[in-house]
Amino acid sequence: MSSAPPIGMETGTGTSAAGPSRAAAAGTKPAVEIAHLRKTYGTLTAVDDVSFSVAEGEIFGILGPNGAGKTTTVECAIGLRSPDAGSISLMGLDPTTQREEVHEIVGVQLQSGALPDKLKVREILDMYQSFYRAPADVAELTSVLGLTGKLGDYYKALSGGQRQRLSVALALIGNPKIAVLDEMTTGLDPQARRDTWELIKGIRDRGVTVVIVTHFMEEAERLCDRVALIDSGRLVALDTPARLAAQARGGKQVRFRASDHFGDWLLTDLPEVAAVRHDGQHVVVDGSGDLVNAVILKLAAAGITAHDVELGSQNLEDAFVKLTGRHSDTQGAVS
Amino acid sequence: MSTLSLALPRLAASRRAAFAKIVHNEARLAWRRPVGLIAGAGIPVLLVVIFGNVSGFQQPMPGIGGFTIFDAYVPILAVFALAMIALLALPVPLASYRELGVLRRLSTTPVPRTWLLAAQGVVQLGVALIALVVIFGISIVAFGARAPVSPAGLLLSIGLSAVGLFPIGLMVAAVARTANAASIIGRLAFFPLIFFAGLWLPQDLMPVLLRDISYYTPLGAAVRAIQSSMLTGFPPAAPLLVLAGYAVAAGFLARRFFRWE
Repeated sequence: MSSAPPIGMETGTGTSAAGPSRAAAAGTKPAVEIAHLRKTYGTLTAVDDVSFSVAEGEIFGILGPNGAGKTTTVECAIGLRSPDAGSISLMGLDPTTQREEVHEIVGVQLQSGALPDKLKVREILDMYQSFYRAPADVAELTSVLGLTGKLGDYYKALSGGQRQRLSVALALIGNPKIAVLDEMTTGLDPQARRDTWELIKGIRDRGVTVVIVTHFMEEAERLCDRVALIDSGRLVALDTPARLAAQARGGKQVRFRASDHFGDWLLTDLPEVAAVRHDGQHVVVDGSGDLVNAVILKLAAAGITAHDVELGSQNLEDAFVKLTGRHSDTQGAVS
Repeated sequence: MSTLSLALPRLAASRRAAFAKIVHNEARLAWRRPVGLIAGAGIPVLLVVIFGNVSGFQQPMPGIGGFTIFDAYVPILAVFALAMIALLALPVPLASYRELGVLRRLSTTPVPRTWLLAAQGVVQLGVALIALVVIFGISIVAFGARAPVSPAGLLLSIGLSAVGLFPIGLMVAAVARTANAASIIGRLAFFPLIFFAGLWLPQDLMPVLLRDISYYTPLGAAVRAIQSSMLTGFPPAAPLLVLAGYAVAAGFLARRFFRWE
């Protein structure tokens, strides 16, 4: 798999070809440019020859299974680790030699970074604000993030979602040109997750380039202009979520509940059907051509009715499975 | 380059403000979770009051120049305070900052992460200063301990004691993976060290071999330097050099082994 050319790479790593119209129209230098990045820990190669660039104003997703090298890539990009090879440029700055300048313009939210229990939200924000030359306004930032009523609360008293929003606030308090958010919605309930997505879009609308690291396919699909899919330290795909999904799976999918049990062979005998699998009470059939009709007719002939028939849309999860051979949410099976 | 040099003075001023903010928040944390304050300032002050009220401790001890047992205990309790602060109050928060990811988060900002260590050091030095003023103050004013024969020697001894003991606390923070581990290691180090400081048996009453060992331990050297300044005059070079040696060695090891994440 690693020898095959990554999907979407034929359009080149340039942002103008594969990027959204917004990026193409801007025609400016990329906000993030990573070329041939390589990082090893002893004998383990965590990141191997990864290249991509992110246009200004883009929301860019870095996807991959756990242990794929996503976080290492990001840590190299923001100067927390020094790469063994390759070059990185953030708005023209090199994080290995210009750390301090890079940290002025790049706001970072790291995975699982807590804060002292006995500090109040206002005290934390005030302190982090003082670290930057041209910081954001605390009142405005907290109002955007829905934390205004929480300024006098101890960190200890905040809910998981509020802590997450505070963490995002700290990433944005320096008025960054680039925001890097690592697994920002992990551990949030679905509503808080959707709220965070809206927030990220709002940040981008203010002109901030956003790089998110995630293993939620839905998040990448809803939020990202483009995604880089990293597996075992290598870039395996780079494109828009829609195109990636389309290219990864040329076929169709139908999903239904059957009125009675039947042998998979009933459907796999059909020329239109490529694969049959069971997802709880549902049967999922992958295939091509006039798949839906063929399946329904065949079932009807066998006296079986298909309920709740859904035409599966080709999604990023399918691309992920196809490209990495793994499900994005089965973390136990990975690494 | 010219823009850089123009930006530097402004940067320096804003950086001082940033450091002040970190110190302020560390001070708030020390106040709101006063484990270090209680152990470092509260307990030794309480011991001063108790020992000051033991009538036997106010009798002159035969053979050591007419000083009372209480006189001998004042430096020991001062060093008790310094040791509690250096070995527990200093490293436990630092280890917890690593555990929580505070140090990691700080390293994504323009501010150097070493500043959090420095700020914690400043706050704990402040706590130590208050504790020592109270300990010496009430010992002398309320319980008739002798005023220091060499105030300059006392200041130097206290300064070198802090410089010698704080890096040992940083070493604890360096090797402890969690705040809990730091607290356990700090305590385990504290008890044998405070024995050699003479908490159970003052140095002048120790057998010669034990006393000689005591002189080369960090707390023993600190007590010897402070006691000399209090009772006889400017301290001898030996304890001062021992403290300086610990400062250099522990400082080097802490720097070498400190993990940021």
